[in-house]
Amino acid sequence: MIRVEGVGKTFAQRGRAGYTALEDIDFEIGKGEFVSILGPSGCGKSTLLNLVAGLERADHGRVEANGKEVTAPGPDRIVVFQDHALYPWLTVLENVAFGLKQKGIKKKERRERAMEQIRAVHLGKFADRYPHELSGGMKQRVAIARALVMDPEILLMDEPFAALDEQTRLLLHKELEQIWLNTRKTILFITHNIREAVILSDRVLVMSTRPGKIKKEFRVQAARPREPGDSLLHHIESQIMDTLAAELEKVAKEEYGNDYTLEKSPLSHSTANNLGDGI
Amino acid sequence: MHWGWRFPSALQTVQTFYDGMANGQLLEATLSSLRRILIAFVLSCGIGMTLGVLFARSRLLDETFGFVVVALQTVPSIAWLPFAIIWFGLNDFAVVFITTIGATWTMTIASRSGIKNIPPIYLKSAQMFGTGRGFRLFYQVMIPAAIPQLITGMRMAWAFAWRALVSGELIARGIGLGQLLEEGRSLGDTSLMLCIVLVIAILGTISDHLVFKRIEERIWTQYGLNAAKT
Repeated sequence: MIRVEGVGKTFAQRGRAGYTALEDIDFEIGKGEFVSILGPSGCGKSTLLNLVAGLERADHGRVEANGKEVTAPGPDRIVVFQDHALYPWLTVLENVAFGLKQKGIKKKERRERAMEQIRAVHLGKFADRYPHELSGGMKQRVAIARALVMDPEILLMDEPFAALDEQTRLLLHKELEQIWLNTRKTILFITHNIREAVILSDRVLVMSTRPGKIKKEFRVQAARPREPGDSLLHHIESQIMDTLAAELEKVAKEEYGNDYTLEKSPLSHSTANNLGDGI
Repeated sequence: MHWGWRFPSALQTVQTFYDGMANGQLLEATLSSLRRILIAFVLSCGIGMTLGVLFARSRLLDETFGFVVVALQTVPSIAWLPFAIIWFGLNDFAVVFITTIGATWTMTIASRSGIKNIPPIYLKSAQMFGTGRGFRLFYQVMIPAAIPQLITGMRMAWAFAWRALVSGELIARGIGLGQLLEEGRSLGDTSLMLCIVLVIAILGTISDHLVFKRIEERIWTQYGLNAAKT
């Protein structure tokens, strides 16, 4: 369970006023819930995840995980990073067993428990390989196995599939959903991919940018396991798209100047559509 | 002027090499030089790594003494020999001392940048998995993460140590390749001199290519750094 109350975070900037990354964020994630945070790049969603993970501290407000205030990173809240952060000097097995080793578990048991998770992500044959010998999708699977072996209450995922190709991503969506259905971990999932957020989550929190705030919340009450063709998913997707359009314009204006406007559903004109117009 | 004796023939050199090995003089000199360089190398790796880690972890130390190390690095180690002679006398210890100095600063700089260049995400995730911020984080994550740079540093330190050793031995007393070279000069035995230069070159090549380069390549492959390089 995660509770975030009135959290704000400002980064100091040289010679300028501080940059407000997050302002007055409030939300709560129940035990066993799968919640996505969706927003354009630079809206502070990764900062938010780091706060929950304990990798950064909030300037004001309070972050609570499993009923305790978050002050430092801990094995009850494991992050799956976008660039996997596997240790290149350890084999897949050793990487997965790394956290267990810190807990002081004996080598034999460590091996067994790590192997179990590695098989669960279908990498049994690759246990003795080094990370650089694996593909991007495989590395991310190892990172997921490394998180699950710790049996954390909360799984924090920071755009874990953003760097993967579309096919691998779709496959991992299915696998992640299955893992979640089997383990019922609380998952906080950060992404900028609308489709990904909708297809995986129970709830999607859409963030606005500069300062980062929770703009709107969407509840996805579609049947599990999710079907990519489900019309409810498409409906929510287009609703989110509308909500985000204003944010996209804001980001574009910051980058290209104030005269930039986003046209709403412009009609395409081709001469074929004008037949008979002038009669 | 007779130039003949100043340039030894190939045959003379081979003959001298054979004689030197047969009567043990050359072998003994080589072994005692190797012993000195090994002592100095181990010392400089130890001192260099300790200093490097301290500089990487403490900003205060880095900004004060760190700069001094960069300055010291530019001083040829033979420049310390006069000091070493005054402090320790014209003996073995003086040679080991300047050889150590010659290799230490390179090692310090290499290990400092090795530790500093560890991706922060490695340290973050280590703490998440419960290593804490102390010794376990150090030897389970920081040292292995810095190993590729440490090996490269060692390879350079070894090369610096060789240079310092030979120049130190030329001046100081005691059996060694440098001393034998100096003896060759005073006897006018140019074939002995060339012979020693060749021995130094061969030892250097063997140690660099067959030892350090191999270790370096194996580590880089294991860490997947070769793929990133090409």
